[in-house]
Amino acid sequence: MEMDAGLWALEERKDSITVKGKHKKQLKCDTDSVAGCVSQRACVYCGARVVLNPITDAVHLVHGPIGCASYTWDIRGSLSSGSELYRNSFSTDLQEEDVIFGGEKKLARAINDLVEKCNPKLVFVYSTCIVGVIGDDLEAVCKAAAKKHDIEVIPVQSSGFIGNKAAGYRAACDALTRLIAPQKSVKMFRNRSINYLGDFNLAGEAWIIKNYIKQMGIDINVTFTGDSNYEALKKAPQASLNIIQCAGSMSYLAQKMQEQYEIPYIRVSFLGIEDTSESLRRIAEAFNDKEITRRTEKLIKNEIEKVRPTIEGYREKLSGSKAAVYVGGGFKAISLIKQFREIGIEVVMIGTQTGRQDEYDTINTLVDDGTVVLDDANPTELERFMVQKGANLLVGGVKERPLAYKLGVAFVDHNHDRKHPLSGFTGAVNFAREVYSTVCSPVWKFVQQGRQSL
Amino acid sequence: MLNFTPKELQERKSGGMINPAKTCQPIGAMYAALGIHRCLPHSHGSQGCCSYHRMHLTRHFRDPVMASTSSFTEGASVFGGGANLKTSIKNVFAIYDPDIMAIHTTCLTETIGDDIPAYLGTAEIPEGKIVIHCNTPSYVGSHITGFSNMTKGMVTYLSEASTETKKEQVNLIPGFVNPGDMREIKRLVKVMGINFIMFPDTSGVVDSPMTGKFEMYPKGGTTIGELKDTGNSRLTLALGSFASTDASLALERKCKVPAKIMKTPIGVKATDEFLMALRNGFVKEIPYELEEERGQLVDIMTDTHYHFHGKKVAVFGDPDIVIGLTEFVLSLGMIPVHVLTGTPGNAFEKELRAMLLEAGIKGNVKASGDLFEFHQWIKNETVDLIIGNTYGKYIARAEDIPLVRVGFPILDRSVHSYMPIVGYKGAMRLIEMISGALLDKQDRDAADEDFELVM
Repeated sequence: MEMDAGLWALEERKDSITVKGKHKKQLKCDTDSVAGCVSQRACVYCGARVVLNPITDAVHLVHGPIGCASYTWDIRGSLSSGSELYRNSFSTDLQEEDVIFGGEKKLARAINDLVEKCNPKLVFVYSTCIVGVIGDDLEAVCKAAAKKHDIEVIPVQSSGFIGNKAAGYRAACDALTRLIAPQKSVKMFRNRSINYLGDFNLAGEAWIIKNYIKQMGIDINVTFTGDSNYEALKKAPQASLNIIQCAGSMSYLAQKMQEQYEIPYIRVSFLGIEDTSESLRRIAEAFNDKEITRRTEKLIKNEIEKVRPTIEGYREKLSGSKAAVYVGGGFKAISLIKQFREIGIEVVMIGTQTGRQDEYDTINTLVDDGTVVLDDANPTELERFMVQKGANLLVGGVKERPLAYKLGVAFVDHNHDRKHPLSGFTGAVNFAREVYSTVCSPVWKFVQQGRQSL
Repeated sequence: MLNFTPKELQERKSGGMINPAKTCQPIGAMYAALGIHRCLPHSHGSQGCCSYHRMHLTRHFRDPVMASTSSFTEGASVFGGGANLKTSIKNVFAIYDPDIMAIHTTCLTETIGDDIPAYLGTAEIPEGKIVIHCNTPSYVGSHITGFSNMTKGMVTYLSEASTETKKEQVNLIPGFVNPGDMREIKRLVKVMGINFIMFPDTSGVVDSPMTGKFEMYPKGGTTIGELKDTGNSRLTLALGSFASTDASLALERKCKVPAKIMKTPIGVKATDEFLMALRNGFVKEIPYELEEERGQLVDIMTDTHYHFHGKKVAVFGDPDIVIGLTEFVLSLGMIPVHVLTGTPGNAFEKELRAMLLEAGIKGNVKASGDLFEFHQWIKNETVDLIIGNTYGKYIARAEDIPLVRVGFPILDRSVHSYMPIVGYKGAMRLIEMISGALLDKQDRDAADEDFELVM
């Protein structure tokens, strides 16, 4: 029984769900969630924190009651080759009297304490919901602290209620824009390197890409923000090209850098063989250098030769499986459609928390007829469409995992809890292996047996 | 990772937290609400709160955690959240169809002064459906306070004294423990042959079996009928003073059900006291089955006591659990030299100081503490073992001390939420975990000539 996607859903949600080939209408996205929904989305602070957290040698101080700092303590999965300071949890732990009398003094004391203990060059102070309401002047406190300690103390305007996660990305980009702005006395020299925007070095992914780029004869100047640090970020304006992977979080910063430092940018994606190859070629093209092009083609050829047999092997085993995808941003969703094709899997349901209109348009052109596309889905919707479309596999984040398992559906974490790098050619193999090991696990037999015997 | 932690204890002037040993009220309220059958917890605040709480609980229990949110926007925080809450109530019942919706507040909605009862008075609640609420300002107390507040909310909204004489049944408030513990407490009371109502009861909700179907509302949880009937019980046993006192006293005031506040039954002594309270309350004999279990536990304690004696231990976590664990490790001959909770409360310090004084131990005890300070204590006086939640692993690694994972949250191991630490069986499990950790380290560090087969 093929149900019309919109039929059962809440009136307010109907415009956020479409079926390819059935609906001509444009998907509604980038809107506020419906009150009373079990939304899988997070808040502004979450968006800002996930973008900035991988900056390894910064003190990330959360100004608010304890929760916001507790829930974000070392959950990002982004790796560091240097400082581990970012993996600690710092909070002003606001109490009732602070809420009544204001938290500015406590914040100033907390910065003093942490500067004394950790000796950082950079402190981010995150605003949370009630800071926005009680009206603490974060800007003034940070400015005074910066002057006092002669370091950078940057406020992040991330009160939870001012929007959704995407607003948090912008708040983080604003903080980064401030951070990288060179002082007037410092002269910046442009060099032949690139900034890599929108890779958070989960499971060491940025290192894989950095290695490819190096083999092409180009240096990565700094990655935003995976395994980055104060010194490296300060040099960001020197690069001659910005490449952006996670466009949802980083387009805004790329635009700012184009305006302020005339650094052009291109979109890339290193998920799957097809997108990785294409992205590397586009980077080479941007440099318009024969030697770089030659090295790039050699790299792509070598890497594909290395991984193709393995991927083919998995493709044979996985062919005919059906995947459902529910991820944070649009770029990942787009790449996953292609990557699943590489291993013989059809995407039957796809959605994002914060995808944008142009990304949904691309998704719609890529998927087959009948695929359900949805924005800001809730668990009931995910369940409904996974069952209806016969998905064998869900790709998602931490909250989606047990939902899939309960349905007897395999699962791959494409978020903070991933355990292997999923980027580049290496990542494509890891991804295929992970898909295989979950889809073809013997545990699902017991689920089916249980259903029949009981 | 913790290399900036200095050994020297300096005065901390800010009152802020470094590596907290607590989290905020709403998550406790959400967890408590999951212990009502067919209940959808509702977070009245920004989306992030709800998302974080579900994520954190999901990581600990490895089960789906369902809760809805008012999805605050800038407008709502300026004009008040009434409209968002009313829309939420309408949508929750229309889409998710729970029997009951349990609303908790957040720091945002508390600070802007949202008056939930006033909103509820004018909200459209479908016939036969129930909405309850509690206030959980995140800037007061901790997740334990939030659990306590929601449990009290169940009494305030639902408990009724409807019979003339009290029924021969006991109310059990288990506190913020795992479903495995709740099952074990219920088993003990069943074996005693006493009728009971446990509330909240998350067993069967966050440890639900695999059926190949997603159940929005799994089989478990205290039913609304049972919650109403708590007012007719003869006795309430509130297990864990921090998480359970308020609800039990509210029930005493509202329905004249006498409350007995006890420790979380961890270890021999606290389990004995729990069973004695049941025996005395209901004039029942302790059945042989439980005597046998107790005897087995004591047998195990005597078999293994030389592994534990004189070993120094540092314990942190939620107050009720830490109190129980400290009493238990003392009974094994261990020396708890550092004891800490992130939850505020002088009662915690008072009770533990008395416990240590009686045992003749000079140790550090603190409520409202953080793991930065806990680590500093360990740097100044090292220990053989740390007992606490997953966050202890950083200190355990930095100082090369074995960690036994007990409490909330445990994010890096599975199965723990199914297995009890309460009762005699739970104590056996604790002994297995503690001696396993100590002896594994001894094996690992032993020189070839000291490496032993029989230990």
